[in-house]
Order: sequence, then structure tokens, then C-alpha cells
Amino acid sequence: MPKVSMKVNGKAVSGEVEGRTLLAQFLREGLRLTGTHIGCDTSQCGACVVHMNGVPVKSCAVFALDAEGAEIRTIEGMANADGSLSVIQQAFQDHHALQCGFCTPGMVMSAAALLAENPRPTEAEVRKYLEGNICRCTGCHNIVKAVLAASGQDVAAIAAE
Amino acid sequence: MPKDHGIGASSKRREDVRFLTGRGRYTDDINLTGQAYAAFVRSQVAHGRLRGVDTSAAAAMPGVLHVFTGKDFESVGGLPCGWQVTDRHGKPMLEPRHPVLAHGKVRHVGDPIALVVAETAEQARDAAEAVVAEIEELPAVIDMKAAVRGGPLVHDELGSNLCYDWGFVEENREAVDQAIRNAHHVTTLELVNQRLVPNAMEPRVAVGDYNPATDETTLYTTSQNPHVIRLLMGAFVLGIPEHKLRVVAPDVGGGFGSKIFHYAEEAAVTFAARALKRPVKWTASRSESFVTDAQGRDHVTKIELALDKDGHFLAIRTETYANMGAYLSTFAPSVPTWLHGTLMAGNYKTPLIYVNVKAVFTNTVPVDAYRGAGRPEATFQLERVIDKAAREMGIDPVEIRRRNFIDSFPYQTPVAVQYDTGNYHATMDKLLEIADVAGFEKRLQESKARGMLRGLGINCYIEACGIAPSNLVGQLGARAGLYESATVRVNATGGIVVMTGSHSHGQGHETSFAQVISEMIGVPESQVEIIHGDTANTPMGMGTYGSRSIAVGGSAMVRAANKIIAKAKKIAAHLLEASDADIELKDGKFTVAGTDKSVDWGSVCLAAYVPHNYPLADLEPGLEETAFYDPSNFTFPAGAYACEVEVDPETGKVTVDRFAAADDFGNIINPMIVDGQVHGGLAQGIGQALLETTAYDENGQLLTGSYMDYAMPRADDLPFYRVDHSCKTPCTHNPLGVKGCGEAGAIGSPPAVVNAVIDALHRGGMTHVTHIDMPLSPSRVWAAMQR
Ligand code: FES
Ligand code: FES
Repeated sequence: MPKVSMKVNGKAVSGEVEGRTLLAQFLREGLRLTGTHIGCDTSQCGACVVHMNGVPVKSCAVFALDAEGAEIRTIEGMANADGSLSVIQQAFQDHHALQCGFCTPGMVMSAAALLAENPRPTEAEVRKYLEGNICRCTGCHNIVKAVLAASGQDVAAIAAE
Repeated sequence: MPKDHGIGASSKRREDVRFLTGRGRYTDDINLTGQAYAAFVRSQVAHGRLRGVDTSAAAAMPGVLHVFTGKDFESVGGLPCGWQVTDRHGKPMLEPRHPVLAHGKVRHVGDPIALVVAETAEQARDAAEAVVAEIEELPAVIDMKAAVRGGPLVHDELGSNLCYDWGFVEENREAVDQAIRNAHHVTTLELVNQRLVPNAMEPRVAVGDYNPATDETTLYTTSQNPHVIRLLMGAFVLGIPEHKLRVVAPDVGGGFGSKIFHYAEEAAVTFAARALKRPVKWTASRSESFVTDAQGRDHVTKIELALDKDGHFLAIRTETYANMGAYLSTFAPSVPTWLHGTLMAGNYKTPLIYVNVKAVFTNTVPVDAYRGAGRPEATFQLERVIDKAAREMGIDPVEIRRRNFIDSFPYQTPVAVQYDTGNYHATMDKLLEIADVAGFEKRLQESKARGMLRGLGINCYIEACGIAPSNLVGQLGARAGLYESATVRVNATGGIVVMTGSHSHGQGHETSFAQVISEMIGVPESQVEIIHGDTANTPMGMGTYGSRSIAVGGSAMVRAANKIIAKAKKIAAHLLEASDADIELKDGKFTVAGTDKSVDWGSVCLAAYVPHNYPLADLEPGLEETAFYDPSNFTFPAGAYACEVEVDPETGKVTVDRFAAADDFGNIINPMIVDGQVHGGLAQGIGQALLETTAYDENGQLLTGSYMDYAMPRADDLPFYRVDHSCKTPCTHNPLGVKGCGEAGAIGSPPAVVNAVIDALHRGGMTHVTHIDMPLSPSRVWAAMQR
């Protein structure tokens, strides 16, 4: 079986994979980084979003071999160096932006990518950007609120307005 | 000042940290040593005679350990149905056998035919493709009315596709007919409550494990109720005694009803693990979920509402066809009957009600409870027909509802249930305020100026939660009790562990249950741990569905905690040399009333486990209590919802611009979590109203079998919601005064959206449109707008 090497959350890793092995599977089964989830088989739910060379990708739509040499960041690599929650993660907790937690890794990775690109998005921009991530639990209200809050905007008025 | 801990505080969820850092433990995250992988071979046709299954090529493929077929399962039981409905004539429903793997016939696309177990998941999937099933295709029956008119039989041995023909209340039938004949006005509406796919984001997973040395079997599964699965699979399917069978449902990624039921895959991987003496894991692909997870709704209904000249409701008569799919899923028969007919009074004083439901077998995926289960179907037809009646009679839709509101409690409905408490005028008042209905006119003009239509839809809902009084549901056909349980274990140093029979798969019980204990005992929330999801360390409980966890599971926990407090007071009385009747517990401290003599919680706990100075003659050491709670009635959350939509007259596209929900959930443990439950329910209801549909072609092929065709609501389809639960009429019969909040949003929102769209079209002059069936896609709305 071919061998693949990449950097995941700053650590050099390698493993043997089949040609058809997806990056999501390699992360979950090969590296046992089970924070990245698989919610569909048509690349539409976003539960599997990771960053590849700084860009958000659906890791179910990338072959592991195509990530050869890439820098991958997963949900396991999102906390601050001291282990505390990063700003986005903390905003998700503060604003109750997760319930079952299954969509959460993908949502956090997408939200982080959005804020890297667009540090002060509008509500409409957040909603549009998260269009590739499905959450069945939260009705998205608190997710959008958390992302706006993570961008430093005042969200106190949202529930009322 | 909002509280910062205990009951009523928006405590942040402790679950979140593991989920936010990728350290959750979902079933698919479990890999056991020596684990093999399972893949199912499934029927590609909706109906056919299974002539034979050739497994030889598959069995010879690399890594394959064994291929199981229906024959291997002949010696075990079928998947049981947990509810028997009796029809109008006193006859039991028709109940087909539901084999673990198809045998003799296949009855829907996705029906499992064979199970391949191999060393790797890829090998199992490859080999599954090499299994050859010889199927003689038969004509499929998809349409319910065709099925009962004499279409092909889904189950030959039953002789009919009509599972039951249920009448409720049968004795009222003639009086209802007469009231409708003689009424000043009768409004009739025919509608479809379309089939939905629950779509919890975590696909189902099952891992079976067997230890031949101890004869112990373990099943890890994505379940909302591990004890129920243990009972059903152990006692009815595989014949494993409960003390040798453990079922674990760890972190579960959403359920919405679809993970209540005992599924074939659970029994199959457990059977395979025992046969092969290897752990066996199956993970559903989303495509598999679409053709195997029990689906929801699928009612076709005609409702008639009789009114007097002032708009008072006189009688309701309904006739519903309810799709059961190809087999009876675990609780399927109860959904269109006892969870639907009993709610047809809604929030209103309607003296006469008759509900007829014909449950039908078709060659489709089985249908069972999905968020709301029966209550959304009841609410939708009732609130739609009321809106239509108001329009026909020229009465304001809020006014017609107010004229008919139940306003004194307890209230005995004509459909068996008795509402203990409520205040429907208050929730309506609150709704009108938070929805800013007064500002609608201005927003309407703004929309008009942009060439858009705008409409306002308002409705109420009521639901029966906190299921259920066991003796009552026993009379109604339930084959299980519906109590809940909790064990409260206090450790020697004062930490508290609660083992609950409820299950959390997004509801945040680990946080909110701890708030209740913290409030009762006065210890910090961080000193309380909640354990759920493992039959090995939780008392027998019925699990989480029907918004029952806090009302039933919470009540069991309160009972157990009260036993703890009573015993702890005796220990404290001994230590303080006082009478236990004089001991008060406050903020984690026991005090002799009227004195400054006190002992803290930790010292009492330590005394219980190090009983050197202890009343050993009167009191056992230790501090651990279990309680079971069986509710004496259902709880009745109720509320009023308002939706404002814009409709594009050019395209028919509907945008939900504003949505407001005023709910009465009784007392609230964690307002933040309750808000979140409502938000999620609203999104599912808006999804049903505008986006989601489950379409089969006439051959029974599912046309909406992936997220490419099944339109899930996403962030850009949804608005911010205004939710309020400040109107509180506490439940009168459970210790916390709670009613439950998990399903309300999904129950109350579909009629609000549809009412709003009809309102928009009427305001735009299209008064010929009286109803559009969900989902209100642009094409349907556009077509309706054309005369
Ligand atoms: S698992 Fe990758 S998009 Fe669904
Ligand atoms: S939190 Fe459950 S799917 Fe988003």
C-alpha cells in the first residue's frame, strides 16, 4: 500500500493508505483523530471540514494521498497552546452553539476559516459562508450568533431583535 | 438578577468542552481490539420474492470472515413492535413478522438481505457487492389509498395492507356527524403532512462484542434508550438474558426520534459477534441512513371543523391515512393514534371530536416517531383549518382562537386527556408583543415598496409530553412501562454522581440535571456528575424521547435526591445531637433550626462511609438511593407562534423574515438550553414547511436519498428567532413543575409558516389560494399563485 506523509496539527505523521482512502478516514482511522466527523457520503454536510494548507476543505472529498506533504489542521488542533478554548471555541460554548456536537468540529473549522478571511462578517455573510455545513440540532441561531461574537461584534441584542 | 447556578441559571454546558475539542466519544469513535467490519447487502427493489442468495463469491473474497443471510436468522425472533393498537371494531391491528434479515420477500428499497463480515470495512463493502440476491420483482405499492383499495400485498400472510382502522372516540362518531350536519358553518381542508427523514447528523453505528470466557455480550449503539434496546434485543430477538447483555449508547449525535427504535443492524452485528467471537462494527453511510432510519409523518388527512355563527367550534371530524411503511417500527402504531388523536382538541373548547385513522402498509421505509410524533400532524391540520375557517367567516385569526381558548383548568378534553394547567391568553399576549405584530403594517408597506408580498401567520399548539403514566399507556396498547429512574450516589468526600435512565444526545442533561441536584443540596454544580447511556451502570430506564427527560427522568432524580436528603438529615441529627425533624439543609449545610449548631455536607457524607460516630442500630451506612418515577399524567406544554414571510411574486420563493415563539413550558431549569431546544425545533418545522420532502417513485425508489435531493435547512435558509418562555404555569403533578420543551418548536412552526404564506397571497389579491401542501417550494407556491 502506498505511504502518505503530512503534518497534522503541527506534527509530522505518516501512514499506509489505499488509493481510495479519504483524508477523513486517514485522520479518523489511521491517526485516531476522531474529532473530524463523517456525516454524509456526498460531500454536503460539512461535518468533516479541516484546514489544508490554511484553506477549509471537506476531508471526505480529498484523497489521503492528495494531502501528501500538506499542513492539516483539525479540531484537535484548535485550542490554545495552554489547552484552553480558542476564541471561536469559547464563543460556541458561551452562546450554546452546539447541542449533540456532531456538526461542531466542521462548524468550528468553517467559522475559523471565515474569520481568517473576513474578520468582521455581517450576519448574512456568516449564514452564506456556513451554507456547506448542516446542523440538525441548533436551528443555526446560536451558531451564527457565536461566530459574530467571536468576531468581536456585540450580539447582546440578537435575541431581542 | 439572573441566577448564576442551580435551577433557572443559564449554566454553560459542561459537555461542550469535549465536543469543541474533538474529544467526544461517539459510537463510530470506538474501535475494539480484533474488531471486524460489517457491510449489509440491501434490496435495490421495493418489492420482490427472494428466491435465493448466493454468497459463494463473496465468501471467497479477501478478508471475508462470514456472510450471513436470512436463513441464519430463522432461529431468532423478529424485531418486536412495542405498541398494539386495537381497531374501531375491537380487533387487534395486523402485525407482520419483521425478520432481522429479509426472508422470503424484500419489502422496501434498503431491506437488508445479507451481512458480510470482513477484516476491514473496505473488504466488507467490496464483498457485499459480490453477493448475488435472486429476486423476482413484484409490483410495489406506494400510494396509501391504492394500498387499501386492493393493491399488491406487502405481507401476503396478513391478507390486507390495512394495519388498523382506528376510531376515536368511537362512541362520539354519530354525535359528531350530526353536529357537522347541523352546523352554521363547516370548513373542510384536505392536506398532506409529508414524509420526512429525521437526519440526525450522526449516522447510526452498531458495534457488537462477545466474550466467550464470560459469555457476556455488549452492544455499542447510537441509541436514545439503551435499556429499551437491551430488553427488546435480548428478550425478543436474540434470547440473551439481560444480565449477560450490556448496551452502551455513548455520545450520540442527535436522534429526534430516529434512534429510539430497535433496528435490524443492532441485532445483526450482535448475532455476528457472538457467532464469530469477534467484535463486529457497522457504520451507516448517509445513503444507508436514508433507506433504513425510520422516517416520520406521512399523513394524508381530511379535516372538517363545524362552527356556530360566532365562530365557536362545535365539532371536529378527521380522516387520516397514516403510512406505516413496510414493517411496524418499534412504536409506529402509537404515533398516528394515541400521540395524534388525543391532541385534536388543541388549545380549544371543542365539545365533540372524532378522529379516524387508517394505518397502511406500503413498500417504503418504515415510519415511526420523529420530533413531535403525531402532535405536529394534529397541530398542523387543526391550526390550518382554523385559519381557513377564520378567513371564510371574516373573523380575525387571533380573535377566533381567543374565542375558543380553554380558559379554566384542569380541563377534560373530549379526546381522553386532561390538561392540568395552562394560560393560552397569556402566551398569545406575549407572542403579539415579541413578534411586534403592531409593526406588521409598516413592514408590509416596506415589502410592497420592494415589490414583495408579505404575510403573517399565527397559530397555537399544545402537546402531551412527559410520557407516560404506565397504567394508562398499558390500557392503550403499550407493551412497556414508561417510568424513569435515577440512582444518586454520594461519595465519601461529598461528590455526587447521578446515574439516570434518561439519555442525552444533545439536550445537555449533564449540565441541567446537575443544576437540579446543586439547587436541592446546595453544593456547586461542579460537584455533581451525571452518568447516562450504559445499562451496566444506570438503573433500568426508558430513555429520552417525547420531551420526557426532565419531567419524568428529572422527577425520578428529585425523588432519589429527596431520599438522600432525608437520610443525610438523620445522620446530621445524630452528629448534632438533635432530632432529624429539626434539621434544615441549606447551601450544603445542615443546621438545627433556630440555633447556630451546624455540620457541613462533606462531614455528613464522610460519616456515612466512615461510620465511627453513627447511629448504626437505626441506619445503614452509605449514602446511595435509587428512585423510579411513574408520572400520574402527561404534561401539556403549549404556546403561540408567529411567522412573517416574504413571497417573491415573480418566483414563488418564500423567505422567513421573522419568527417568534411564546411557549409555556412550566418551570425552566436552564433557559439557555431551553432556547436552544426551541431554536432547533423551529428549524426542523421551517424545514418541513419550506424545504424537506421524501419522494418515492411509483416503483418505490427513493428519489430524495441524499443531501443533493433532500433539502435540509441550512444557516442561510433560517432567520434569527425571537423566543420567550416567561409565561409559566407550572405542571401540577411533578415535583419540578416542568413540562418539557424538546419538540414544541417542530410542532408549532409548520402551520405558522403555511398560514403566513397563505396570508401573503391573500394580501396580494390571490384569494383563490386556500392551501398549499408542504414543502412550500417556489414551484408549488408559484403554481398556486397562477389562477
Ligand atoms: S462528511 Fe464530508 S461533507 Fe459530509
Ligand atoms: S449540534 Fe447536533 S448537528 Fe449541530
